[in-house]
Amino acid sequence: MVENLAEKRRIFIVLGAFVALGAVTPFLDLFMQSLVTEILVFGILAMSLDLLLGFTGLASLGHAAYFGVASYTTAIIMTKEDWTWTFAAFQWADSLGLGLFYIFIFGLVVALAFAAFFGFLAIRAVGVYFLMITLSLAMVIWGLAYRWSAVTEGDNGINVLGRPSLFGISLESEIPFFYFTLAVFLICLGLMYMFVKSPFGKTLVGIREREERMQMLGYNIWLHKYLAFIIAGVFSGVSGVLWTLFNLFVSPPDIELITSAEALFMVALGGPATLVGPVIGSAIIRSLQQFISIYVERWPLILGAIYIITIMLGRLYGVEGILGLFGKFRKPAASPETPEG
Amino acid sequence: MTNGQQGLELESVTKHFGGLHAVEDVNLRLNLGERRGILGPNGAGKTTLFHLITGVLPLTSGRIRLFGQDVSGWPTHKRVALGMARTFQITSLFPKLTVLENVLLAVQGLRKMKMVMLKPLYKYKDVYEKAEKLLTDVNFWHLRDQEVRNLSHGEQRQLEIVLALASDPKVLLLDEPSAGLATGESHEMADFLKSLDPGIAILLIEHDLDVIFEVVSHISVLHYGEVLAEGPSDDIRNDPKVQEIYLGKAE
Repeated sequence: MVENLAEKRRIFIVLGAFVALGAVTPFLDLFMQSLVTEILVFGILAMSLDLLLGFTGLASLGHAAYFGVASYTTAIIMTKEDWTWTFAAFQWADSLGLGLFYIFIFGLVVALAFAAFFGFLAIRAVGVYFLMITLSLAMVIWGLAYRWSAVTEGDNGINVLGRPSLFGISLESEIPFFYFTLAVFLICLGLMYMFVKSPFGKTLVGIREREERMQMLGYNIWLHKYLAFIIAGVFSGVSGVLWTLFNLFVSPPDIELITSAEALFMVALGGPATLVGPVIGSAIIRSLQQFISIYVERWPLILGAIYIITIMLGRLYGVEGILGLFGKFRKPAASPETPEG
Repeated sequence: MTNGQQGLELESVTKHFGGLHAVEDVNLRLNLGERRGILGPNGAGKTTLFHLITGVLPLTSGRIRLFGQDVSGWPTHKRVALGMARTFQITSLFPKLTVLENVLLAVQGLRKMKMVMLKPLYKYKDVYEKAEKLLTDVNFWHLRDQEVRNLSHGEQRQLEIVLALASDPKVLLLDEPSAGLATGESHEMADFLKSLDPGIAILLIEHDLDVIFEVVSHISVLHYGEVLAEGPSDDIRNDPKVQEIYLGKAE
């Protein structure tokens, strides 16, 4: 009845892997250190989308919107000196060593507000219509970033000069920032894990599986989807804040449709409704982009091939994503008493 | 007319889909603890009537009262919260979840803890105990870790009803519980329905005449969306009009 042994072992393996990552990364070269950090940043984005796509069954093609508003908010409050009060407040918080908290709170509140508003517009739609509405809402954000140049610097993007320090510890160099990112990542993973194991998280799976039955069991379907949408948007915002701090630059291409689509690929490739799977997806897609793009100009073709192979193998074995395939091959005889249906 | 026994009351309930009069001026009363059947050929509007009662479809006109309250404009989940439950003609379970997970979702449906986000479900002992009791009552406890899609059709039909019972409803709407069952299984289903808590009022749609005459005491006959006849089961069985349109078409 209580969480079983297999689940405990899985948690142990996942935590062990991240401890190992934390131990190994300082010995990698700068390029790799930065790649690992980037994978974690996009890992949070992919996990947050997994809450919608994997657990609730809502395919959003606009998840970069909340990533985008949070990353732009971060850049703007750190650099816009003529917006006196936000900038002064940031300076003041930073002088107390709380600059990062200020940025995160501000960025996440903005992401939450947008997710609450956009979710209100989108949640009533289902299937392809939901996809189209989320896509178009995300395009609005992209359009704002591109055209509202008084605030966003339009095409040029915003350069951020340096990261705020955390309790007096400088995060300017790669390693401290990597550990900071890892800590934020693990907090997000932990929170999302608790979320999907909670009674509320289980209702989302029920909605994914059979909406009309959930309605007849007394659930207000709309409310559950709406809250899930907002929560996923806030975690997407965490990823966006980290992105600006990591990259120290944000411009419209960072938040366009490609980013939303890539997040969907990460989830589908790694394994939906697993949380860790999308992180593996993030690792694959980001690594491919960094490595192969040096040698092969059309690297998305290789990504496409990997994607197709994974999906086809998954179909063949009745599982989803790389994590599903991994589980299948690790214990091929793991079906001692599967009854014939 | 009103008294303390009032369960479900339909007053001139009507539903038109454009020019199609799916349900026309249906009046029906289901007192607490009463068992009533709805009989009618395919397309008579039986399932549409259930959709109207549960609020899945809006009424064209008329009024629906549940335990004395006018719920005509209420959303489904609010009506369910008053103490109503329903099963589906086409099995509507969570196929990829286990039997236990299915029942847990049903049990937490009307509890406030369903909104809790940062405490794992397995810590709610009372929810598990309720699920265990429901499954033990129907001898399904040994199937708890099976995915529902691996159950037999008969087992799935029974689980349909278990999910509906999880919220301790006072009014239960059953949409053809014996659909797709073999004759022997239908009898088991009838026995199972008779064994339910007599305090639960049941409105039963059923094509299987053996099941319906065994379970209910009163029957309303629907034909092209209208109530053609209403009364005690035996009267209905002998009503010539009913025999002509329904019983006469013996398979």
